[in-house]
Amino acid sequence: MAIAATVNGKDVAFNGEADMPLLWALREELGLTGTKFGCGIAACGACSVHVDGQITRSCSLPIGAVAGKNITTIEGLKGADGTLHAVQRAWIDAQVPQCGYCQSGQIMAAVALIERHGQPTKAQIDAAMTNICRCGTYPRIREAILAATDQAAGEA
Amino acid sequence: MGMKRRSFLWGGVVVAGAGVFGLKWADKSARNHAIDAVVKPGEAGFSPWIKIAADDTVTIYSPTIDFGQGSHTALAQMAAEELDADWAKMRVEQAPAMPGFANAALLKGFLSEMNGAAAYLPQSVLSLLARNIPIQITGGSTAIRFGGQYIMRSMGAAARQLLLEEGAARLGVPMAELTTKDSRVIHAASGRRLRYGEIAAAAALRNMPDAPVMKDAKTFKHIGTSPMRMDIPAKVDGSAQYGMDVTLPNMRVASVMMAPVRGGKLISVDDRPALAVAGVERVVRMDDAVLVVAKGYWAAQKGVLALAPKFDDGGHGGVNTLAIFAEQDRLRTEDKPKGKAGDGDVDAAFAAADVRMIEAAYRLPFIHHAMMEPFAMTAHYQGGKIEVWVGLQDPLAVRHLVAKAAGLAFADVTLHTTIMGGGFGRRFPQKCQIIAQAVKLAMACPYPVKLIWSREQELRHGAYRCQSSAHLRASLDKQNVITGWRNDYVQSETAEGETHFPYVLPAMSRRHFFYQSNQDDGPWRSVNSNQIGFYNESFIDELAHAAGEDPYQYRRKYLPAESRHIKVLDEAARLSGWGQTLPAGVGRGIAIVESFGTIVAEVVEASVSDDGTPKIHKVTAVVDCGQVVNPRNAEAQIQGGINMALSVALGEEITLDQGAVVQSNFGDYPLLKMADAPPVIAVHFINSGATLGGIGEPGVPPAPPALTNALFAATGKRIRQLPIGGQFRT
Repeated sequence: MAIAATVNGKDVAFNGEADMPLLWALREELGLTGTKFGCGIAACGACSVHVDGQITRSCSLPIGAVAGKNITTIEGLKGADGTLHAVQRAWIDAQVPQCGYCQSGQIMAAVALIERHGQPTKAQIDAAMTNICRCGTYPRIREAILAATDQAAGEA
Repeated sequence: MGMKRRSFLWGGVVVAGAGVFGLKWADKSARNHAIDAVVKPGEAGFSPWIKIAADDTVTIYSPTIDFGQGSHTALAQMAAEELDADWAKMRVEQAPAMPGFANAALLKGFLSEMNGAAAYLPQSVLSLLARNIPIQITGGSTAIRFGGQYIMRSMGAAARQLLLEEGAARLGVPMAELTTKDSRVIHAASGRRLRYGEIAAAAALRNMPDAPVMKDAKTFKHIGTSPMRMDIPAKVDGSAQYGMDVTLPNMRVASVMMAPVRGGKLISVDDRPALAVAGVERVVRMDDAVLVVAKGYWAAQKGVLALAPKFDDGGHGGVNTLAIFAEQDRLRTEDKPKGKAGDGDVDAAFAAADVRMIEAAYRLPFIHHAMMEPFAMTAHYQGGKIEVWVGLQDPLAVRHLVAKAAGLAFADVTLHTTIMGGGFGRRFPQKCQIIAQAVKLAMACPYPVKLIWSREQELRHGAYRCQSSAHLRASLDKQNVITGWRNDYVQSETAEGETHFPYVLPAMSRRHFFYQSNQDDGPWRSVNSNQIGFYNESFIDELAHAAGEDPYQYRRKYLPAESRHIKVLDEAARLSGWGQTLPAGVGRGIAIVESFGTIVAEVVEASVSDDGTPKIHKVTAVVDCGQVVNPRNAEAQIQGGINMALSVALGEEITLDQGAVVQSNFGDYPLLKMADAPPVIAVHFINSGATLGGIGEPGVPPAPPALTNALFAATGKRIRQLPIGGQFRT
């Protein structure tokens, strides 16, 4: 029984078992490998995507729960003409990634944070950015979020 | 007296390596074979390491992998520097896993070390080297200081010289009248210019100079600047393909369950519960593991979790964390030391009249690398050959290990080195069980298989930083001057030949007592400098407080005058505002550690909140790595290393119970997150001009002792065992 949803603006039908996490359906059925597997227990955030605009850890959301939902992954952040999202540009300008494995999830979390708060404060950044980065890129994640929201470093 | 920097063992290993390696490096056919492998029609290969295309694109082949530390971009800067290349047309590729691309720079780096240059590699890396020459190891913070210096700069300079010779011949002018800039040979007098791309093919046929002349640091245009890292664009739009992301036609995915006790074996398993899971295709037994192959990862993992395999404990069922510490305490007093370092008569210093003895015991747990990408490796066996996709720290060794596991010739192994989601020392192929697993799995299956380790398996089957403990003693005379110092430490690895003791004391002794549990301990970012650095910098702090003196000034008294160390320490104190008043409850701590040729001092400001949680307010780091190649990236390496080290100090700990790892995932192995990371990590570099040191690792070791020293200053409570965990709650 296929599960119909929208991924990055396109209608899709997931054919996996209903208990399969969205993460694996995105990666293995749709080939959208930008969303990463990190822990499988929603602890690290590497698998973060937007589901109806809400930041969601896709490793722990079964596809049985996404019928009719609108899903955005890292691959869907670019504009129709291929231009990068402002947050992706800020990530390059601040030279955030090291190994880069967690950064799809970090960017998705940052985009959701900015869509919600506009110019997030330091407390809002700390509360929302709970994704793990083992490379320790936190200072530059903060810098990139501030730059993407026209806030000088140290302002938030 | 400072500790001698080189041990006999170090030299022995290097000499043993030099013979074999020298042959390979001089082997012209291997070199030419390597050039043929990467140079396409219309391109000119100047060595295996540098090629120039007709459109002026310069491609360098890196013998070392970049798993996030930014070394590939820095290597390109070093090649571009000597080549006077147009930066916009520089490219970097991972060198193929071929003998002609063996990392000759490591050898040269070792030889310079023997000649007295400051450069260190951990014993674990040397052991790997000794067994695996020729090699392409990335480790010991050597990519830039060895690979950049001895390959990229010298080969860039050699290629530039050939381009000048060819340009002089074409233009009919003496070479001395020519200059180079932005990938052009320029004859200023006549205004004529030749693009590198148009003369490269002919230039590359000329004889390479034996000793190419390299630039003076004062004239650098690329080294010391911060161009954007080349790998980053693909890491912000999801397009970077990691080992986890490999997808092949008809591919299946597998998951694994290994014996929970390291050294244990599979006794029996009933396949049926796994085979009953939709999508599962087969169950494969190995000596110490059972694997499930399915259409996708979810089905494979469900299949694995449905099994109830019986494993034995390999006789290690009695191993647990507290028993290890108890055994280490026993060995320290009853066993003979396996290694010694130091100078002077410590026993006499301790026995002298009128000295005050200070002592302290420290304990450090097993630590996991916890790279963000769990292991994944894809393999396809067909027609007597095997093709594999994986990202590990030494591609040449991967090919050898795959060949060995498959029982095939080296030539029948094709390796695709993928992008890596972190590593920190965990990706040394000799420590990677997944190689043999993926190979055997592929040989049991008629299709390509990607084996993915769940995070639980990844966390429980690590190559951990070793559990370690130490007992330190020192004698202070009536003026509170240190007259003798002894560190008796117990762990699996010797730190000798790798770690450096910065203080000049009348008598100092460090003794290594050997303990090996059932774990296969591995190198962890900064390796033994973490443990030794924590012991040294905690204990000198305790001595300062016992003497009633300022911890910064007290250290300063024992560092050599005019040394790089004292300049680094002074700068860290100055930039951190050492001595200035802090808010109530906040303390400052300082620590200085040299590792891999780089000296780093860090000052931490920290407090403890009412509920007993440590809070880090600010970190200041001062780094002397000789010369910074890419300051912005180097800053990121130091900041990231500090965050990783603080994470370790605050809460990381692998414990064993009945021989098995207790922790399972990020729930019980907590990593530092944004909210707990210091809001400010200020990094300052000193370009001392000294021999290049590493940058990926040396930021790590000073942070834990600087933190615990700060917490002591804030609270009066001394932390002697990591992690800090809930120690302030009691």
